[in-house]
Amino acid sequence: MRIIEIIQQPWPWYVSGFLIAVTMLTLLYFGQSFGFSSNLRTICAAAGGGKFVKFFDYDWKKQLWNLVFLLGATIGGFIAANYLSNGEPVLISQETINELSEFDIAAPQGAQPMELFSWSAVFTLKGFLILAVGGFLVGFGSRWAGGCTSGHAISGLSDLQWPSLIAAIGFFGGGIIMTYFILPLIL
Amino acid sequence: MRFLKFLIVGIIFGIIMAKSEAFSWFRIQEMFRFQSFHMFGIMGTAVMVGMLGVFLIKKYNMRDFSGNPITFYPKEKAFVRYIGGGTIFGLGWGLSGACPGPMVVNIGYGYLSMIVVFLFAIIGTYFYGIIKDKLPH
Repeated sequence: MRIIEIIQQPWPWYVSGFLIAVTMLTLLYFGQSFGFSSNLRTICAAAGGGKFVKFFDYDWKKQLWNLVFLLGATIGGFIAANYLSNGEPVLISQETINELSEFDIAAPQGAQPMELFSWSAVFTLKGFLILAVGGFLVGFGSRWAGGCTSGHAISGLSDLQWPSLIAAIGFFGGGIIMTYFILPLIL
Repeated sequence: MRFLKFLIVGIIFGIIMAKSEAFSWFRIQEMFRFQSFHMFGIMGTAVMVGMLGVFLIKKYNMRDFSGNPITFYPKEKAFVRYIGGGTIFGLGWGLSGACPGPMVVNIGYGYLSMIVVFLFAIIGTYFYGIIKDKLPH
């Protein structure tokens, strides 16, 4: 098999996990630290939020590198979709497919369920609220917890930080509550 | 030019998020239902390799590319903010299927409706800034 065909397949967990750690360590080598949700605060500050809310009144320009990283991640998504994909749907387990079908979420055609992410879904009240509330909770929660998956679960746990373990337990606890108790009511 | 390296690392990170399928709502659902090892394998490997890297950086007092020592700042000792904020984050993660990094990877990938999720994540962050002093930490 040619190299490009290998790359176009989904990457195994050990390759992906290893490369995420390399990303984190590379940022340390470049004198920065891996923490993606800081960008949300930076965007609030760059948009002038500091005039109204003290939390956003700081020298956000020191975080410009992270906004460039965010831009890169967006471009990376574009490259993956257009040059590094074999067009196969996400290979989730049959059990998950069966359980999601009970909520009328069809088996994957791509990476995301169209029942939630198509424009026709977004332009319904329920569809809009799912995406809006989901995003709001991620933004609010990550700032209250002082970090997201990258800052706590990857960087913090790698540095054996107790606070990050507490936050990571929260991430999973919240996700499980959503999956088992709330999604069945709203989907 | 000093930003170019961050652009490149960002591009690679975006490709990893997409090719690992960690940016997929389906994968996040599968993880929270404990029906595949995939996501746990990704995070477990990342943390193991990360721990080894951080251990070596500290043991050998490694320096960054400009010669400054690589320093780690202990996170503030607290409980409520981590468990409270973490749980709220998790609720949003389970609902939207995306944490902040994968949101923009999805936008680049062509799932443009993820812009709604990302905009509301900014609004959520702004709301935290407003009520920060009223919250326990």
